[in-house]
Amino acid sequence: MNPSPEKGAKCEVSFFVNGKETNLHAHPMERLLDVLRNELGLTGAKEGCGEGECGSCSVLLDGMLVNSCLVPIAQTNGASVVTIEGLSTHDLMSPLQHAFLECGGAQCGICTPGMILATVHLLEKKPEPVLSDIREGLAGNLCRCTGYMQIFEAVAKAAQRRVAK
Amino acid sequence: MNIPHIVGASVPRKEGREKVTGAARYVDDMALPGMLHGATVRSSVARGKIKTISFGPGVDWNEFVVVTAKDIPGKNCIALILDDQPCLAAGTVNHPEEPILLLAHADRHKLRKAVEAISIEYEPLPPVHSMEESERQSTIIWGSDNILKRYLVEKGDVDSVWKEAAHIVEGEYFTGAQEQLYIENNGVIASFEPEHGVTVWGSLQCPYYVHKALMALCGLPEDMVRVVQMETGGAFGGKEEYPSMIASHAALLAIKSGKPVKIIYDRMEDMVATTKRHPSRTRHRTAISKEGKILGGEIEFTIDGGAYATLSSVVLSRGTIHAGGPYYWPSVRIRTKAMATNTPPHGAFRGFGAPQSLFALERHMDRIAQVVGISPIEVRRLNFLKTGQTTTTEQTIRENIDLDRLLDRALELSGYNVKKKRFAEENKNGPRQKGIGIAAFLHGAGFTGSGERYLNSLVGVEAAADGVVRVLVSSAEFGQGTNTVLCQIAAEALGLPYENIAIAQPDTTVVPNSGPTVASRTAMIVGKLVQSAARGIRDTLAKTGLLGDEYSPEQFRAACREYIAAHGALKSYARYESPGDVYWDDAKYRGEAYAAFAWAVYVAEVTVDLTTYSVTVDDFVALQEIGKVLNPVLAEGQITGGVAQAIGFALYEKVVWQNGRMLNNQMTNYIMPTSVDLPPIRVFFEELGNVHGAHGAKGIGELPMDGPAPAIVNAVEDATGVRFNSIPLLPEDLFEALFDESADQDVSSPVRGSA
Repeated sequence: MNPSPEKGAKCEVSFFVNGKETNLHAHPMERLLDVLRNELGLTGAKEGCGEGECGSCSVLLDGMLVNSCLVPIAQTNGASVVTIEGLSTHDLMSPLQHAFLECGGAQCGICTPGMILATVHLLEKKPEPVLSDIREGLAGNLCRCTGYMQIFEAVAKAAQRRVAK
Repeated sequence: MNIPHIVGASVPRKEGREKVTGAARYVDDMALPGMLHGATVRSSVARGKIKTISFGPGVDWNEFVVVTAKDIPGKNCIALILDDQPCLAAGTVNHPEEPILLLAHADRHKLRKAVEAISIEYEPLPPVHSMEESERQSTIIWGSDNILKRYLVEKGDVDSVWKEAAHIVEGEYFTGAQEQLYIENNGVIASFEPEHGVTVWGSLQCPYYVHKALMALCGLPEDMVRVVQMETGGAFGGKEEYPSMIASHAALLAIKSGKPVKIIYDRMEDMVATTKRHPSRTRHRTAISKEGKILGGEIEFTIDGGAYATLSSVVLSRGTIHAGGPYYWPSVRIRTKAMATNTPPHGAFRGFGAPQSLFALERHMDRIAQVVGISPIEVRRLNFLKTGQTTTTEQTIRENIDLDRLLDRALELSGYNVKKKRFAEENKNGPRQKGIGIAAFLHGAGFTGSGERYLNSLVGVEAAADGVVRVLVSSAEFGQGTNTVLCQIAAEALGLPYENIAIAQPDTTVVPNSGPTVASRTAMIVGKLVQSAARGIRDTLAKTGLLGDEYSPEQFRAACREYIAAHGALKSYARYESPGDVYWDDAKYRGEAYAAFAWAVYVAEVTVDLTTYSVTVDDFVALQEIGKVLNPVLAEGQITGGVAQAIGFALYEKVVWQNGRMLNNQMTNYIMPTSVDLPPIRVFFEELGNVHGAHGAKGIGELPMDGPAPAIVNAVEDATGVRFNSIPLLPEDLFEALFDESADQDVSSPVRGSA
C-alpha cells in the first residue's frame, strides 16, 4: 500500500485500458495497480511485493513494461494500458498463453500474468530472442515455482511459432 | 475403453487456462459486500509481559472493530499438535511480531494509521536468541528445559566401533533460515453468520488444519465451520500451518463485527511474521574402515524451533530419519532435538528437515573421502544402501534400487570425470576457479511411520448425470499439479478422456478429508485413493448392469444418467488402508519410516570468481528415481523449481536476525534467484515403480530441495580447496575465507580427520 494516496483532491483520468476508453476520478497518487484491480475489476495484475521487485503487477503502459504498483494513476492520463485480460479475445488464448500452458510455464499462476506481459514486451523488441535475451527480458519478473526453465521454453516456442507465421 | 494412456502423458494443467489468462481467482481477487479490512498489532519485543495497551490520539476508535484475546469464544490457541501457540498473546509475548490485538475498518489507509497509533508497554523478560543459548538452559523459555522435542535412533552397537576404526571423521555443519517466498502473500477472508457459523476463504494448503483450528478457537461444532481454498499463489510449506493463524484472526474480527473481514499481508509483514525453514546444526562423528566404509557413527542434529512447538516435532522427525542418507550404517546413534528460541516459530518448508540433515551428511561424505584419500564418488559407492539392507531406522529396502547405476548415469550426463580433470588443469591460471560436486540422497514419501494411519484419509469421486466425473479431495493445488495428476489418475481408472474429469474446489462442506497437502504424499497416497474411488464408480455401474467391460464416454454418460435417475447421486469413496507389512515403533523410532523413498544423484558445476567472490552455478544435472512419472512436464517443473529454490538456499537467501526479528524482510534485500542467475537445470528420471502409489508413483515435490546445496558447496570446495560448512554461502563469506590466505582452511567448523 502506498503512503497516503488520498492526500489532495481527486483528479480526472482518461486513458485506454485494453483498447477501451476509460474515464474515472481518482486521487492522483493512487497506484495504477489498485485502480485496475479495485475500480476496473481487472484482477489479473497481482501484488507480490509493492515495491517493484517481483514484477507480478506488470502491465504495458504505452508499450513499456511497468510495475503497476509503482505508477501513480495521474501518470497514466492519455496513455494506453494493456493488462493480461487484454491478451485473450473472447476467451481464446493467445498463442503465447498457449505456449505457457503447453510448456509448463505456469505453476501456481501468480507470476504468470506479469511474466506473459514481460514476454509480449520482449518479443516486440526482439522477435527472435536467443536464450540470453529471454533471461534478460524476464529478469524483472520473479517466479518461485518453475526455476524459469519451462518459462524459457514457452517463450522460445511462442517466438518460433510467431516468426513461422 | 480404448483411450490412449493419460497417466504418463503431459496433459495440460487442469486450471492452466485460468492461470494464463489472468482469470484464476486468488483470495485478494475476491470481495464481499460490506467487507472490512483487518490488521494485526504485533509485539515489538522478543519476550516480555504486556503492561499497558494505549489507543493513541488522532484516531476515532469508535470506527474500529478491536479484538483482543478476551474476545476469543473458545480456546486461545492455534490447534495443531501441542496447542501451545496462542492466537493472540494474553499477558506475555514470546517472540517479536507476535500477534496481540486485531483491528478492522472499511478503509485500509485509516487502518494502517490506527495500527501505528497503538502503543504497547512491556516489562521485558530475558530472551533467548540462539540454539546454543537455549541449550545452556540458563534462561528457560519453554517447558522445563527449552526442548520442544527430541528423538533418539539407535541401531547396532555404535560404542564398539571406534576402536576398530581406521579413521574417525568429525564435522559440524550449519544451515540458515529460509523464507518460502511464495509470490502471493498469506491472505484470507472470513465471514460469520450466527446460524451458519464461520466461513473462511483463503490461500492455504490444508483446509482441514484450518477447520480444526477454527473449531477450537471459536468453540463451534464441525458443521458450523467452513473452509474454502482459493487459487493459491505458491506455498512450499509456508501455507501449511500459518493459514490457521491468519484465518483465526479474520474469523475473530468477523464474529465481533458481524461483517466479512479480509486480511492480506503485505510482503514485509509476511516475511517478518510468518514461518521459515528451521535453522540447523549437525555434528557428525564417523568411524571409517581403512578402505572407506562406514562402520558406525554418531549424529547430533539440532534445529531452532522458535517460540512455540507448532510443527517442529514433525520437521525434526523427518530430519532425523533422513540424517543417514542413502547409505548403509551398520551401527548408528542419532540424537536430535528442537530447541525453543524467542523468534517467530519456524515451520514447514519443502523438504521439512531433510535438506538440513542431508546438507550436513553430503558435505561430511566428501570430508570422509578426503581423510581416507579416495574420491567423492568412491566413498559413496562403497557405502550406498543396497536392496535387502536396512536404513538407520532398520527399514529393509525392498525395492530394486541400484544407486551405483544412478550414480554412473549422473556422472555420464554431467561429464563429471572429464570436467573434474579439466578444471584441475584450468584452475592453475586465472581468477576464475571451476569446480564440480555431487550429492546422493533420498526422500521419503508420505507421512512418517504411523502418520498415514492416523490421518486415515478419505477420498471421493462423484459422477453427474452428464457423465462428468468430479474428484472430491481436500488436497490443494498450489502450483505443484494436484488437480492435473489426480484428474489423470481418475480418467485412466475410468477409461474416460481427461477433459471429462473435473476436480472440486477444496471446500470442507463439499470434499472429504483426504489429509493435508504436504509431505510429498498427494500423488502417491491420495492418488491411489482416487484410483480406488474412481474404480468404485465403474464397479457400481457394472454391478447394476448399466455398463459393460468396454464402453465409450457416451455409454458411460448414459449409464450415469440412468443410475442417477434411479438412485439419486452416484458417489464412491475410498479410505486409506495401511499396507499390512508396515511396522513402526513410535517409542523406539524404529521400523518402516516411509512407504517409499525417491532416490537421486545431483551434480553441480560452479565457477568461483576470485575478483568478485561470487559463485555461479554453470550447469546442474538432476537425476532421480521417482517411481512413475505421472505427467512429464509437471514432474520436470517440480524438479527445476525445487533445484532453483535450493540454489537460493545455498547461495543467495540469508535471513538476517536482530533480537529474534528478521531485519531484511523485503524482496530488495532478501534475494532469491532471478531468471539470469540460474544454470541450465537438466532433469532426468528413472522409473522403478512403487507398489504403494497409483501407477507406481512416489513423492516428488520435496526431493529436489535436498540435494543441490551440498552438491554446490562440494563443488565450491573442489574449486577453491576451502571447506565451507555453513549455508547460505554468500560472496562476503568467500571473501573472508579466501582473501586472507593465512586464514584457517576450515571455515566455521572444527572438522578434523585422524588416521
